[in-house]
Amino acid sequence: MEKGRSGMSRTKKIMDAEAIRRALFRIAHEILERNKGVDDLVLIGIRRGGENIATRLAKIIKEIEGKPVPCGFMDITMYRDDLYHQSHQPEVHKTSVNFSVEGKVVVLVDDVLFTGRTIRAAMDAIIDLGRPRSVQLAVLIDRGHREFPIRPDFVGRNIPTARTDLIEVVVDPKGKEDRVDLIESEEAKGKE
Amino acid sequence: MKLSVKSLIGLKELSRQEIEFILDQSASFKEINYRPIKKVPTLRGKTIINLFIEPSTRTRTSFEIAGKRLSADVINFSAAQSSLTKGETLSDTARNLEAMKPDLIIVRSQSAGVPEMLSRTVSTPVINAGDGFHEHPTQGLLDLFTVKEHKKRVSGLNLLIVGDIRHSRVARSDIYGFSKLGADVTVVGPATMIPPGIEELGCKVSYQLDPLIPEADVIMMLRIQLERGSGNFFPSTREYSRFYGLNLKRLGRAKKDVLIMHPGPVNRGVELSPEVADSNFSVILDQVENGVAVRMALLYLFCGGADEASA
Repeated sequence: MEKGRSGMSRTKKIMDAEAIRRALFRIAHEILERNKGVDDLVLIGIRRGGENIATRLAKIIKEIEGKPVPCGFMDITMYRDDLYHQSHQPEVHKTSVNFSVEGKVVVLVDDVLFTGRTIRAAMDAIIDLGRPRSVQLAVLIDRGHREFPIRPDFVGRNIPTARTDLIEVVVDPKGKEDRVDLIESEEAKGKE
Repeated sequence: MKLSVKSLIGLKELSRQEIEFILDQSASFKEINYRPIKKVPTLRGKTIINLFIEPSTRTRTSFEIAGKRLSADVINFSAAQSSLTKGETLSDTARNLEAMKPDLIIVRSQSAGVPEMLSRTVSTPVINAGDGFHEHPTQGLLDLFTVKEHKKRVSGLNLLIVGDIRHSRVARSDIYGFSKLGADVTVVGPATMIPPGIEELGCKVSYQLDPLIPEADVIMMLRIQLERGSGNFFPSTREYSRFYGLNLKRLGRAKKDVLIMHPGPVNRGVELSPEVADSNFSVILDQVENGVAVRMALLYLFCGGADEASA
């Protein structure tokens, strides 16, 4: 999740709880359609933005199919490509993937797809856990500006943004307070 | 969280929040040790020197494994094969090592103060892997981690540290660490092995083990270091064992969920009877296992980061 910062900015509501619920249901259906059910399917949410979204998707998939789908969480800090740029080491969160990914179809889940660097790191992290049959990517928001040849398989919504804009995603386990906001920076506006 | 220190000399210098942060981070690294492929690329391109002036197998191996699992290049350097035996001073050795641009130096020494002196001599961060009778901070942290893992807390627990407190750097790090996190620490041993003024570090002192056993949540048994002359401080190991050794009879009076710990290596039949060392109360091997996770977290936290200038 990206956090707001001070300075000149304007907040625009992109999705409300209802819109997010519909998007998650659609993504769940698309995942099941593409993979013909839940056999060999596992979900891995990327900490921390993808955590609640993966949990919600797993719940919806179980409602639809009547069968549970394994859901794990992964922290990609140890795989970041910018560790040596940081003035001090970023906090490492727990990875808890309590199932084997060997031969499985792994659906990576994150909140916002931006440069693609997080996904690049996540793919390295998955490969260290085993050899999945395939890896797919589900994101709630695709905001563009890719720096790697990465594209999502399942998207909640595409949102055109300026590079300096911020996207704030709130998805809680219950779905009550869910929202997606676009925080447009005035600085970017001036340039365009 | 950014740690307030560049080098890890002792737990004395860390705040409660910093210790808790390190324990938290250790929990995140522990999972790697259970993977089929026990390696992450986190410290790729970093060089770590294990400068072990005093011989050690367990601690050195633990640091080496931790570094390798994080993809760092770990160089072992022991006194026996070094220029220290040719009369080079320690600061010269350190400056020479620094000239080879390591990212972290881990130092173990029989003399207290060597890691602190090194940390002032070189600009590379230093981690103390045990110095004389001063501190063994990574052991203190892995002890805290092990207790927290089993008891889910440290605050409010009764910790007994039993044995040769005088010659124990582990005892000092444990006293600082456990008391900072709110445990009630008591050191127990023969009067000859309790250094005067130890209470000032934040512990109570007792000379009798038996009355304390029923209240203890954690019993840390220290090794009787016969090779360091511990034997001169009591009449015989048999007598020591009778008063301060932990056997099944004494254990029978302890809480049902007491944890028995030992920094190793164990003198079976002296401070711990074999039945106790191998009992379900003993978490000695958990300590060793957690040592790798804690050291991975420390290498990560102290090794990484850009120089102040380029950040």
